Formats: sequence, C-alpha cells, structure tokens
Amino acid sequence: MEYVDSLTGFRLDGRRPNDMRQIRGEIGVVAKADGSALFEMGNTKVIAAIYGPREVQNKGQQANNQALVRCEYSMANFSTGDRTRRPKGDRRSTEISLVIRQTMEACILTHLMPHSQVILIEFLVHILLKFFMYFLPKICFLQIDIFVQVLQADGGTRSACINAATLALADAGIPMRDIVTSCSAGYLSSTPLLDLNYIEDSAGGPDVTVGILAKTDKVTLLQMDAKLPMDIFENVMQLAIEGCKAIAHYIRGVLLENTKQLECRRGI
Amino acid sequence: MEQRWASTWRMSVNERKFIETALASDLRVDGRRPFDYRRLTIKFGREDGSAEVQLGQTHVLSYVTSQLVQPYRDRPNEGSLSIFTEFSPMADPSFEAGRPGEFAIELGRVIDRGLRESRAVDMESLCVVAGKSVWSIRVDLHIIDNGGNLVDAANIAALAALLTFRRPECTVGGENGQDVIIHDPEVMEPLPLIIHHLPIAVTFAFFSDGNIMVIDPTHKEEVVMGGRMTATINSNGDVCTVQKAGGEGIMSSVVMQCLRVASVKAADITSKIKNAVETYNTERALRKVKRHPLTAAHRVIVPDVIMKNEQVENIGHRPDKNSRQDDEMLVDTKTCTNSESSSGGRHTDPFVGGSSNWDPYPGRVGKLQDLPGPLMVIKEELRSDEMVIESTPELSTITSSSGTVGASGVKQQTNAPKSLKDAVKSKNRKKNKASTTTS
Repeated sequence: MEYVDSLTGFRLDGRRPNDMRQIRGEIGVVAKADGSALFEMGNTKVIAAIYGPREVQNKGQQANNQALVRCEYSMANFSTGDRTRRPKGDRRSTEISLVIRQTMEACILTHLMPHSQVILIEFLVHILLKFFMYFLPKICFLQIDIFVQVLQADGGTRSACINAATLALADAGIPMRDIVTSCSAGYLSSTPLLDLNYIEDSAGGPDVTVGILAKTDKVTLLQMDAKLPMDIFENVMQLAIEGCKAIAHYIRGVLLENTKQLECRRGI
Repeated sequence: MEQRWASTWRMSVNERKFIETALASDLRVDGRRPFDYRRLTIKFGREDGSAEVQLGQTHVLSYVTSQLVQPYRDRPNEGSLSIFTEFSPMADPSFEAGRPGEFAIELGRVIDRGLRESRAVDMESLCVVAGKSVWSIRVDLHIIDNGGNLVDAANIAALAALLTFRRPECTVGGENGQDVIIHDPEVMEPLPLIIHHLPIAVTFAFFSDGNIMVIDPTHKEEVVMGGRMTATINSNGDVCTVQKAGGEGIMSSVVMQCLRVASVKAADITSKIKNAVETYNTERALRKVKRHPLTAAHRVIVPDVIMKNEQVENIGHRPDKNSRQDDEMLVDTKTCTNSESSSGGRHTDPFVGGSSNWDPYPGRVGKLQDLPGPLMVIKEELRSDEMVIESTPELSTITSSSGTVGASGVKQQTNAPKSLKDAVKSKNRKKNKASTTTS
C-alpha cells in the first residue's frame, strides 16, 4: 500500500509528510479532579485527571525525599474499532503507565524546597490564584495521581496522553520545571512522516515517539520499534522533535488563554 | 515502583555523593572506564535452547521452548514469539514473587520489541499448515542475580538461547494431508530457528543533568542515576529499538552520540555471542556422534590403503541408511566385532573400504563395499579371516545377513552386551550361541 502518494505527495488522509494532525486542548473538563484536561490529536481523544498533591494513601510506597507520582493509563473499551474488553493490568498498559509516570516525574518538582523556582512566567498568576503549596515547606509525604483515559484511539495515544497530562498538571497547579510535550513520527515509503495515525502505525514500519522538555529542548522520552538505519533514525527523531515544539507552542497558548479567563472571572 | 523505592532506602547519602563525585572525574566505582562493559560469560546447558549469561555480577538464565498452536487470525501463516520474564526474589530483595512488576514487564517488552518488531527471528518459517498450526516459540528469562543492567544481560541470554534452540522436525501427513506429525529428535534431526540478525541491547545511564553518561551501569549506579536509555542495535548499524522511558532530559546530539557508541559495542558483543554459539555447536555435533556402547579398552586398527571406489559407493549409501544405523550396529554385536562405531557411522569415513589389506582374497572387493562403516574399525584380537566371513552383502536383508553370519560360526566376543536385537531374534541368538560354544 502506498502511504505517500508518489504524484502528489499526500498521505492517506490528505496531509503532507511534515504536517501534524489538528490538535485541540481543553482545561478543566473533570470538575471533581484537582486538575484535568482533554487533548485531541486528530481523531485521538484523551482525558487526563490529576488528584494531588494529597496524603500518601499507601505508606509502604512512600519515598524519603520526594513526592510520590502514580500514573494509570487505560484505554476505554469503545476507543478502538472493535469493542474489546481490555484487562486492566495488561503488559502494554503497564508499560505505558510506567513511561508516562517517569516522563512526568522528570518535569514535576518532586523535591520541592521553599525557594524553588518556577520557570514559566505565565504560570505565576495562575499559581497565585490556585496554588497553596507555596506555603508548605515540602511536598514529600504527598502523592500525585495521574489518571489518563483514552476515549478514541487513532494512533499516537502515548503522545496525546503526555500532552494531556501536562495540561492537567498545569491546571492542578503542581510545580513543574518545564512542560513536557510529545509527538510521534514514522518512516514509510522512504519518507519521514510526522504524527502517524492508526493506519500508518499498523503498517509495520518504524514508529518513533519523542517527548521533550520544551524550554531546554532536552529529550526525556524516546521510544522506537521496528528497524531503522541510524542516519534515517536521526532524521525521523528531528522531525518528531519539531512536532513537539509546535505542540509546546500551542499548549502555552492554551494555558495563557486559560489564565486570562481566570483573571477575568476573578475580576482582576 | 516498589523496586525502586526499596533500593533507594538502602543507599546512604555518603555513598550516593561518592559515586556522583567519582563520575564527575570519569571514574567508576568498580574501576571501569565510562564506556566499558563488564566481563561477559555465556554458558549453555545440556539441552538445546538454554543459556546462562553472566555480565559482571548480573546473572540471567534463559530457556526456549516451542509448541504447535493455532495462529492468530490476522496472521495465518506466521508463527509467534513470546518473552516471559521471571524476576526471582533471590536476585534482589525488592523483587516480589508472583506477578511480574513494572520493570519486569518493561524489560520483557524491550526485548520483545528488539526481537519481534525488528524481524530478527523469521516467523514465516515457523508455519506448518497455514491457518491451522504454527510453531509458537516461548522464551523464558529468569533473573538469578541483579547486579545492574538486567536488560542487556537478559537480551544476550535470549539471543544465545534462540541461536542454539532446535525445534522438532514435523511433516504434514495423515489421511487428508492435514495432520501434523512431529518427529522424535532421534529419528529426524531437529531444525534451528532462522535468525536474520542479532539485535544487541546497550544500556546507558545518565548523571548530573545528562552531562555524564556511562555504559552498563551496576546496581549502585542505577540507584544514583538520573535517567537511563537502552538502544538495541544490530551489527549492520540498524537501530532496532530505543527505550528511554522518561528520566533526565538529554540533548538530541547526545542521543546520536550514544547510538554511535552503542553500535561499536554491539559489534563486539555480537562476535562474542557468535563465538560461544560456534563452540557449543561443534560440541553438540561431536556429542551426536553415536558411540558404540560396548567400549572396553579399545585399540583401533587403521588400515593404510583406502579403496576409493568403495568409498564413493558407501558415501552414496550412507545417507539412506541413517535410520537403519541402529540395526547395523546391532548386527555388529552379533557378528562378533567389538567394533567401535566411531565417526565412520555417520560422517564420511576414509576408512570405509579400507580392509583391503586384510583381505586375502582381493577379488572380493565387490562384497566389501557393502560393509557398514563401523565394521572397519575392529579389535586387534580379531583374526583377519573373520573379516572375510563377515563380508556378506548386508544391505539386501539384514536378517539374512545375521543369519548367515551366525551360521558361519564366527567367534563372538564374550563381552558383547545384550541388546534389543537379542531379545527379538531368538532364533538367531540360539544359532550364535551354538557357534560360540563350538568355537
């Protein structure tokens, strides 16, 4: 099957190889949670909900000098084409939960000290309104729960989950050193393609998922499967990093918009 | 997660600072340089498909088994490969028995991606009847000792086991040609798996905001590290899989540098694995040579002259009579040769037709060619005329040859062991016994 049309250069859904799908992010979709967000990448829809920082529920899991971060990834039964009942602890879900947790841990300031710095300026207003944690000296002996649920899966669920979790963490006011964004890229029909959808993903070609810290351009998450020669891998990874930067730009815009609305409601 | 917390409380602040400071000056606690691997030993078990790998203090066992199953519906003509990991509690106090924890699942999935998604093991050759029965290969990895860097060691163990694994030969037969008959390894030689390339996992550990990286972290370095990346590369320079599950951020240039270092290390480890498998295979081939069970002190008479035409014909005969080797050897016992059925039984033997210098009747060359190989190597005590008597055409009917040999009153060695043939052919046995008493 031709994934990139040789005459026009369009992909199966009409995009160009360097085009990302349409993204949309919305904050505050789950009222009960401390922070929540909905993130869409094309047809992939993901909801993230944050509960925390709160008391550690299970004392056995507590660590000495940092807050505990827990993450649970699950796909809804209706998220894929065939409605199948997925067991909760199956290996793919466990691995993705581990990956998301460790990625978010890289950006959450788990060893919070009173004089810690918050990097993004636009968070300050938001945090002063919502964030009471500055008055607490440390946030150890506390845990942060991240729940991510895939509502519609059309490729790139991992990336959408990380982007949604970032938005939700910002909504919850949890101190972070940087925002993490993620995007995937592949290599089909001898072309690097950005943001694969399900059909392109299941073609059996390589799939590179990258997560970066937006301000410093550092790679925190990097996963790849299937074979690729090293120089082509570099191109695909660079393309994915470009995609991540574009998403970071969009997420910053969403957060700024949200903060302005909060200011408005508070009458500032 | 439980594993990580349990190991962090064991490490004191002093120890942590010591490791970090040493790494800042390019020194590692065990004296290695940053890009050095620990000592790697690969051992194999008695059975095909079992391997034991030691990487420094890390110790991993792997075992490969196969089973005929129904294929997946969307891939009817491909076999399947599945990796199961067992993090035994004896390896680390934080491992719990029972269900695999997060890290066990991550390790299994990284190795699985390296082998299956990169098409290292050929799946289509495992198909027997499309849509009905295919071979399912199962790799079990047992962690015996956690000295750090389990992924690399487990990957090498899985590869070594897969390279030495032999699956039983099977044919399709039965009334409607749909039944699959699995042949016993004694009957038909089991087949190795087709492996296209060897994906080698190389793990890097990052410290101090991604500025320092080392290869093959030990257990203590793993507690201190900020992030980890595993790159699976084969010797052709293809990146099979990369796993960097969060942790400290690193620049993309550092990622590419790590991949380049990893490809060098992968080539090195590939050659080590191949050498170890080579040694194992030669040992295995030597073991498969069927040695005659009655080995008392034996001295081998090696004839000087080789009858070339006989040799050619015997070589032609030999592959056909593989299954009849047993019969021939049993015939040997009855025909009084305490002969050692040495490698001449299976391989092309230069001594095949070599009894010519014992043959006082050189005209009987045509008969000598029918002798099986083992008969050529005989004990010193045998008189040469006995060889002549044995030179009866045996390929035509084995029973008749044994009968004639028995009847010709050949002297039997007293210490010939009892074999199944003795139990079955009572008629001939009586004849032989009679001949023994007479001679």
